[in-house]
Amino acid sequence: MSVLVFLIPIALFLGALGLAAFLWSLRSGQYDDLDGAANRILIDDDD
Amino acid sequence: MGEIAGRDQQIANQMDTGAWSRDMMSNCCAGGAVALARSQGPEADFQTFVAADPEAFVFQDEEGNNLLHMLVENMHCANCIRSIEKALKSLDGVLDARVNFSTRRLLVRWQAGSGAAADLVRPVIDLGYFLTPYNPEMMRSAAAEEEKKLLRALGVAGFAATNVMLLSVAVWAGLFSEDMGPATRDLMHWFSALIALPAVAYAGQPFFRSALAALKNGRLNMDVPISLAVVLASGMSLSETIQSGEYAYFDASVTLLFFLLIGRYLDMRARGKARSAAERLLLLKAVAATVVLPDGSHKSIPVEAVTPGTIVHVPAGERIPVDGEIIEGRTAVDNSLVTGESLPVEAAKGDAVFAGTLNLNGAVRLRAIKTGDNTLLSDIVRLMENAEQGRAKYVRIADRVAEYYAPAVHLLAAVTFVGWWILGFDWQVALIQAVAVLIITCPCALGLAVPVVQVVASGRLLQRGVLVKAADGLERLAKVDTVVFDKTGTLTEGRLDLINEESIDRADLDFAASIARNSKHPLALAVARRGRAVHAMADVTEHPGRGLSVVLKDGEVRLGSREWCGVPADFKDANDPQEGPELWFAQPGRQPIRFLFEDCLRHDAVETIAALKKAGLQVELLSGDRAPVAEKVAATIGIDDWQAGVKPEQKTARLEELKAAGRTVLMVGDGLNDAPALAMAHVSMSPSTAADVSQTAADFVFQGRGLGAVLEAVRVARFSHRLVIQNFGLAFLYNAIAVPLAIAGFVTPLFAAIAMSASSLVVCFNSMRLIERRKGETQ
Repeated sequence: MSVLVFLIPIALFLGALGLAAFLWSLRSGQYDDLDGAANRILIDDDD
Repeated sequence: MGEIAGRDQQIANQMDTGAWSRDMMSNCCAGGAVALARSQGPEADFQTFVAADPEAFVFQDEEGNNLLHMLVENMHCANCIRSIEKALKSLDGVLDARVNFSTRRLLVRWQAGSGAAADLVRPVIDLGYFLTPYNPEMMRSAAAEEEKKLLRALGVAGFAATNVMLLSVAVWAGLFSEDMGPATRDLMHWFSALIALPAVAYAGQPFFRSALAALKNGRLNMDVPISLAVVLASGMSLSETIQSGEYAYFDASVTLLFFLLIGRYLDMRARGKARSAAERLLLLKAVAATVVLPDGSHKSIPVEAVTPGTIVHVPAGERIPVDGEIIEGRTAVDNSLVTGESLPVEAAKGDAVFAGTLNLNGAVRLRAIKTGDNTLLSDIVRLMENAEQGRAKYVRIADRVAEYYAPAVHLLAAVTFVGWWILGFDWQVALIQAVAVLIITCPCALGLAVPVVQVVASGRLLQRGVLVKAADGLERLAKVDTVVFDKTGTLTEGRLDLINEESIDRADLDFAASIARNSKHPLALAVARRGRAVHAMADVTEHPGRGLSVVLKDGEVRLGSREWCGVPADFKDANDPQEGPELWFAQPGRQPIRFLFEDCLRHDAVETIAALKKAGLQVELLSGDRAPVAEKVAATIGIDDWQAGVKPEQKTARLEELKAAGRTVLMVGDGLNDAPALAMAHVSMSPSTAADVSQTAADFVFQGRGLGAVLEAVRVARFSHRLVIQNFGLAFLYNAIAVPLAIAGFVTPLFAAIAMSASSLVVCFNSMRLIERRKGETQ
């Protein structure tokens, strides 16, 4: 069971990484314009 | 370009979500084509934009660049976003242009000194997108901050719930296979505690705060049992962990918080969407007043900044911004938004005019008068305050349920504790059983029962252009048995339309329309709407107060008032004996043609009233207009109970009567004169064209030209009510099964987790039935 000593911290670290990414995306305004994000994928960048 | 637009349209139709889906019914635009067709003309829009004084809204960021926030009209697809941003970004000096499609806002950042704001955004207006500058400080609301806070709490709770569950599943698996040693289990519990306790302390705050506030007022709400269960479960689990006990409920407490936060966030977001849309409508209407300075020059300032005694210039076709007395000029004033009177009233020097009315004919100057105790608006506001006091305070269904539910739950937990103690168990064991009861009964499904329905319902209504402004609006609307309508602007369109189209030669109408589209005057607009502007007319002159003229090779053609077109006062058109607002069209060597206008009924008014009656509702009409007009409308539309010439205080008196007779009234109105009635009725709706005060007072605001929104709102509200009741039923059913097991001591953390999730899912799925099926949808 000593493997748990690694596994649990790794799992927690990955989870915390996800949370940090979420909080970052929230802060950087990615939740401010959800309808716009849905539409922007239709825009071609090349022209 | 056409190909791209077609593809976008297809994809967009498949996605078809959100408020903008209604716009997709028409062809998608190729870079503003549709927008251009809908706008009044770029030149007029540009003048309106300049009149709003955009320079006053330009701010500087930290680096000294200019910032301008604007609201965008007519924007409805991905191509619109691209056209607008491309048009701006290709300009020199523009650093950034960003459209927010959800809130229909545009932010432009450009280098200071590279031109005036108006010239900078000119290309966007030329594309057909009408812009209105606004002050971002005015838009910043506490609710938006609250929403972000809730989302953060949701993220933290989600993180904690998944990770604790990860550990809990291992513990449960260990219990079944019986090969997990106590040391490993303790380690798992300690890790769980490490994650769960800070998460509960952070993410539970919205509930703790609300529960404390309720307790302070000596009341119980749903948040009291929630907070108690979460705190007790965490505390008990911690003490179990310290004593290396077998059962810890960390997963239950964080999952509970996670689920409830989802419900709360959805609820908030649905309302936030409606709120931001409502705010936008009001901001778009916020008019500037054109003030005449002592040196004779004109300046646009916000209406609030107008002081009594200021001279204000009002061009023909614009709304009068302030209460005042005419000192120069003569005109006809459309009072329909204020009094419900549909025929324009003549006003000349010395006459008083009111803010919100429409100046139809000629430019006038007026002296703003003090907004003292004698003005119309202050009368209305006073009436509204009285009316609001008369309105019984509505207690939401969830709170009414909580009133019985919370004490029952606490009593059950107490009984369990005492019971186990009397049966001779340790007090710790008894306490664990009592906490298990609290967790099991904890209203996870109950907490979701109302918000999920609310979200689905307001989303569906938003698609139909109905904004649910009041949080408890849907609940109140479900109970309605009587609908009282205002006439002008509610049953009717509130704008003048050409009614004698068939007696006018098509060629003449098209010719007149070509001239008329050069003017913003309401009557000219009505002509332009009906005719096809086939001829290009470059040199049309507008004569304020009289009409339009253009010189062609065989003489001058005029479109305007009777006198100006040289029509004798006793000349009558044999086909149209009817009185009303009119325009005359005089061409050289031909008999003048008369255009007759009327405020027409909304196109689906008759069907809507019939459908409302069929749904078991009584329908009444209370109009401020004259009796013959009201009678005619009532007869056409099929309303038997009608009253005409009703003053604002008489409207509230009638509502009082209805209330005394035990009726629950939905008031639908748009005018300033309806505002007190809107504030007083059990629930109220107003069209988005309504006066500001009325829109603020109403619980629902509907957009678009149809009246069908009223029917749809009533239907959705009734369906929602049924679903909420069903959801409560399902939640109670679950409790009826789970609580006896908990009291008897059969509940383990695993059982609690499964029961809680299952009941929440059942409630959510039930609520989803409100989502409209795409196929066979009729719009």
